Amino acid sequence: MTPDVVIIGAGIIGAACARSLVRAGLRVTVLDRNAAASGTSASGEGNLLVSDKGPGEELRLAQYASSLWPDTVAELRRELGADFPSLEYERKGGLVVATTPAGRDPLLAFAESQRGAGVDARVLTVKQALRLEPDLNPAITAAIHYPEDAQVQPVAATEALLASARLGGADVRVGVTVTGGIRAADGALVGVRTSAGDFSAGAVLNAAGPWSGEVSRSLDASLPVRPRRGVVLVTTRMPHRIFHKVYDADYVGAVGSGEAELQTSSVVESTAAGTVLIGSSREQVGFDNRLRVSVLEELAVKALRLFPFLAGASVMRSYGGFRPYMPDHLPVIGPDHRVPGLWHATGHEGAGIGLSLATAELIAAQLTGGVPAVDPASFLLTRPSLAALVPEVA
Amino acid sequence: MTGVLVIGAGPAGLAAARAALRAGASVTLLDSSDQLGGQYWRHLPDSRAGVREDRLHHGWDRFRALQDELLEHPGCEVVPSAQVWAIERLDEGLVVHVHVGPPDGNRRPSRELTPDAIVIATGAYDRTLPFPGWDLPGVFSAGAAQALAKGERVAVGGRVVVAGAGPFLLPVAASLAQTGARVLGVYEASRPRALARGWLPRPWRLLGATSKFGELASYALSHVRHRIPYRVGHAVIAAHGTDRVEQVTVARLDARWAPIPGTERRIDADAVCVSHGFTPRIELAIAAGCDIRPDRFVRVDDRQHTSVPGVFAAGEITGIGGVDAALAEGAIAGHGAAGGGADDPAVRRDLARRATFTDFAARIEAAHGIRPGWTGWLRPDTLVCRCEEVPYGRLRETGRATCSTSLRSLKLSTRAGLGICQGRVCGRTVEDLLGRESPGGLLDGTSTDRRPIASPVRIGELAAAHGRHTSAATDAARHQHQ
Repeated sequence: MTPDVVIIGAGIIGAACARSLVRAGLRVTVLDRNAAASGTSASGEGNLLVSDKGPGEELRLAQYASSLWPDTVAELRRELGADFPSLEYERKGGLVVATTPAGRDPLLAFAESQRGAGVDARVLTVKQALRLEPDLNPAITAAIHYPEDAQVQPVAATEALLASARLGGADVRVGVTVTGGIRAADGALVGVRTSAGDFSAGAVLNAAGPWSGEVSRSLDASLPVRPRRGVVLVTTRMPHRIFHKVYDADYVGAVGSGEAELQTSSVVESTAAGTVLIGSSREQVGFDNRLRVSVLEELAVKALRLFPFLAGASVMRSYGGFRPYMPDHLPVIGPDHRVPGLWHATGHEGAGIGLSLATAELIAAQLTGGVPAVDPASFLLTRPSLAALVPEVA
Repeated sequence: MTGVLVIGAGPAGLAAARAALRAGASVTLLDSSDQLGGQYWRHLPDSRAGVREDRLHHGWDRFRALQDELLEHPGCEVVPSAQVWAIERLDEGLVVHVHVGPPDGNRRPSRELTPDAIVIATGAYDRTLPFPGWDLPGVFSAGAAQALAKGERVAVGGRVVVAGAGPFLLPVAASLAQTGARVLGVYEASRPRALARGWLPRPWRLLGATSKFGELASYALSHVRHRIPYRVGHAVIAAHGTDRVEQVTVARLDARWAPIPGTERRIDADAVCVSHGFTPRIELAIAAGCDIRPDRFVRVDDRQHTSVPGVFAAGEITGIGGVDAALAEGAIAGHGAAGGGADDPAVRRDLARRATFTDFAARIEAAHGIRPGWTGWLRPDTLVCRCEEVPYGRLRETGRATCSTSLRSLKLSTRAGLGICQGRVCGRTVEDLLGRESPGGLLDGTSTDRRPIASPVRIGELAAAHGRHTSAATDAARHQHQ
């Protein structure tokens, strides 16, 4: 039986799309050349943030996603049972601080603009901030509390979405590499050729994260997605002393930057297991995954600006990965206007865990002719900010 | 002058340092311990006057000679208590990052070394398969028991059972007996047929090399002298007790190491020492980019050269061969690292000696290699990962529930191998058990041996080092990759 949709990539975006599409009644096959949840989805902190997004379409998508998570977590638990690994979903809230006098006013103005867009962004005094985070550096110059920010264990979330999709009939094939497209006489994409044979499909969804540029190229359609490397430090377990996602306001600038050279800004939080995660770095070095000590050192310096007590904490592990970077900092969610039958759900950079559920609903609505909850126009390849970067297919 | 860095001061590292010096190089020799000798020549600190160290150590004179030559040589810098915590691969070459001081120190000075050549001789530690009760106080890895006996003169208990697989059980039992413990028995899991395949029915016979023969013969004599029973085809399949070990259950095993029902018997004991072979410490070799063989040892050529230019490896990380093989490999590696030729007279004897031991690792695997039936003694609540307290049952349930084929995903979902030891104790067992739950095996091509941060480092230490490095080199490396 020919599946309606072949999804390329079994990370959290592919998994969420698979689940939404089977729930919409479509037949779905998910392909991954590696194992599920083994790429970008296994390399991040599991951020579900509204705090780092300014007013605009991506914030609307994040707010929509934020509204979907609690019910989805509860549904997954019902579907999969108590033996399934916990998603560790926690609406722990974010605390964004400025660490310099110059950083104060821009942070306050940013929060003000977010409040205008419906974000719960509460200005705190330093004293109030220290009540939320007693070990925070008292030398901070401003603090905003975002109660809507949440966290999830991204690998467990990916596996759960995929398991749910499987229960709904999705066929998940791992260790299968896509080698090219199958075109109909009219040029439409009607399937893919793979290392495990041909798969015909009504639609092919590219959800290959940082590798989606490569996948798209193999289907004769270029896509300006590039890998942007990030590194997270993991400490040994310690008594719980950090209660929110705490980050330096310069994080917003680093996320929004297009600079290729190293950008770091401090993001510190603890996990359910008792470790502390310290991010974040952004570099464009291709798929080079070599450890760079200078990056670790810069992360350490900046983490101490937020939490001086961490000086005595031991880092036992670091992990690195690649985010799918789009030059205009917006994901691509929808049909490729150049190749009928080709769809994309990629380019979320560091926001893919949080945005996955909303992305999947947007894809399902567009594929089945439903009404999307968020206007998809800003996420299409035809948007003006990509005009120079998305060549017509020769 | 060629600068050679030797990492690890066990037999292989010491021999490498000496050979490199003799070939005219300058040498920096690092070891994480506060003294030289490694696991093999672990001894009392000099301050506590090693009275008759030679009684506990084979080849003690050889060790003293090696150590003295290195300490007296003007071209050799010996750095004890040196933790290599990262090896950075820049386009210009490798940078070895070291902290010097106690492992739990928090203001250790840091050093970054950029030698012309490196010899990695980080050795191995013993591998212990989990069994019910192995997390009780009184259960030791055989290596830990051996270290206490040799390095502290402390016996781990009064009535001790030694169990597991491999010739290492014999010296451990001998050391325990020498420090005053009553060794109730040595239980070797492999059955006679497997042992015959690897050795002959008696492991202390037929060891290819005369020095090995002498060493093991003396253990055998020690066993006779201390009346230690040696039983093959048996294993400790459980330890019992409330606050510490009080009893162990011993059972016969079939050829696949599955316990044979009805053969269990309880023995009163206050300590049990277990070893099922060795795990090579290959994280630094991986960090340096060295090719690893399918059997998880570092791939070297006949000069002990790895796949990375200028990086040599010797000793147990290239195959479990024992002290004589390690000394020969170390000498060949050190000579090569200093720029010496492959068939120089200086290493001719070592080349011949190494040849004697080439089949040692294969013989150990044939005779004592872990067989898949061992999981028969696990129970769902048996902890596999002790750091994160992950029981066997959870590994299986998670594997089945998620259908995952990703080691990374399964580790993150179960937390197995994510604790303070970073999978050094349980990593290979976790991989084995998870692999069994996923038909077709784990696909993500990673392993629990990969530890880019090779030993814990304080955030304060990282921050203090910031900006001191040659960031120009790092920048150059970065720009090349755009």
